[in-house]
Amino acid sequence: MDKTRNIYEQQEHNKRTTFAVMIIFVVFLGLIGVGFDAFYLGTISEDAFLPIGTVIALGLGSLSAAWSLQSGAKAVLTSTNAVPADPNNPSHKQLLNVIDEMSIASGLPRPQVYIVPDPDPNAFATGKDPQNSSIAVTQGLLDSLNREELQGVVAHEMSHIRNYDIRLMTVIAAMMGAILLLSDWARRGLFWGGGSRRKSRSSEGSSAGPIALILLVLWIIGVILAPLIGQLMAMAVSRKREYLADASGAELTRNPMGLVHALTKLESASAPTASIKRGAAHLCIVDPLGRKMNAKEGFAAELFGTHPPMKNRIIALEAMAYQMKPSL
Amino acid sequence: MILFYVLLAAAMVLLLWIVVKYNGLIMLRNQALNGWKQIDVQLKRRHDLIPNLVQTVKGQMEFEQDTLQKVIQARNAAISAKGIADSAVKEDMLSGALNKLFALVENYPTLRSNENVKQLQEELTSTENKISFARQFYNDIATKFNIAQQVFPANIIAAMFNFKTSELFEIKVDAEREVPNVDLSLKK
Repeated sequence: MDKTRNIYEQQEHNKRTTFAVMIIFVVFLGLIGVGFDAFYLGTISEDAFLPIGTVIALGLGSLSAAWSLQSGAKAVLTSTNAVPADPNNPSHKQLLNVIDEMSIASGLPRPQVYIVPDPDPNAFATGKDPQNSSIAVTQGLLDSLNREELQGVVAHEMSHIRNYDIRLMTVIAAMMGAILLLSDWARRGLFWGGGSRRKSRSSEGSSAGPIALILLVLWIIGVILAPLIGQLMAMAVSRKREYLADASGAELTRNPMGLVHALTKLESASAPTASIKRGAAHLCIVDPLGRKMNAKEGFAAELFGTHPPMKNRIIALEAMAYQMKPSL
Repeated sequence: MILFYVLLAAAMVLLLWIVVKYNGLIMLRNQALNGWKQIDVQLKRRHDLIPNLVQTVKGQMEFEQDTLQKVIQARNAAISAKGIADSAVKEDMLSGALNKLFALVENYPTLRSNENVKQLQEELTSTENKISFARQFYNDIATKFNIAQQVFPANIIAAMFNFKTSELFEIKVDAEREVPNVDLSLKK
């Protein structure tokens, strides 16, 4: 992570990365499908082109993405037992006020606000677009942060909404699901139906033998590795998005130190957030699973964490505060 | 004949360009106007909240009549302010008077722990934040609108249809905001 990038360069960079990752996901799905067609169904060959497998693979990906966008947010909120914030409760009212402030600063409609009854401080945003979005925070977050820190956290979540991260992460999770399912089918196919078909293919296409065989082997390796690579890419996107949300959150409040103080508090309260399940982990401001990975620096953390190391996030924000100072 | 078609095509492209640019400017102008209205909404909310606050603390703070008077005066001056620059100055004075009042409230334990006062204080703090965020947002949009009018060749269209640049809020508003503490030690 290059900490000398300013926020606009960072935004541009993140957009490019995101686009590339989405393309790779679609290509992955397509390749798995094409392999089905070529090696099992025989629907793509010299004298036939009926890519049923490809269409099914891409269709499955888009269907699950569409379904997630439609009802994913509700499912996540339900799974965390979130309840709508109550304007008559003073601390909820403060949260509602802070969210109003941030929706004014970002020029977005006010998202729905939920409280998760959990003593561990954490927060997440979900939804399909800025018009249909929700922000949920835990009771522990309300109890442990002051107004300024709460503003930093809400600005971070608002930025996830403004940058369409909520949609992106929902779509990526759905695509990951589709890839997992397909590669699972493909692997089963290798063991069960594969033998007989491969025999028939080798007898009819012996002229294209070695190349077809190499392609088949490559495809099998691809199918086996697809879930792992997909997972790594999803995590890479998630980490980038965390940095970006930190940066654009600071742009909204013009006060990076609020978020720095909040992150410091959130980090020291490292107990896992019990009510947030694995599926929603990438949405949260700090990793709710309390995994050691996200706390460490280095290669493994850069590869496997859903969130960047806290220390790096804080350093990046402090650098921003320093850059901002002359203009204030 | 060919020349005629070339000219016709050029004219069409030019017309299309004018339409697109004009619509873009109109869109930005409406956004800026909308941002401006948002500031007004929040200012009005603040003006409405102040009498409530003064009523609530008046009984306990009889020795601070002077401060209370100043808040009321500043509020009335702010309501009757005309134009962006004047309104900005008056609103800043009101913010100053309010901050002084809040500082004094800290001296009265009964007021400090009063739920009503706490709620009003939270509402006024939030409204004050909303005002400055609304100004921040308005400034961003208005700057975009102004730049769109001033760059060549769009400035020709802006002049043709008599677009006016939007007035911006002074940076002073930001300068008032707390300067963040910078810790350069980069804690390890």
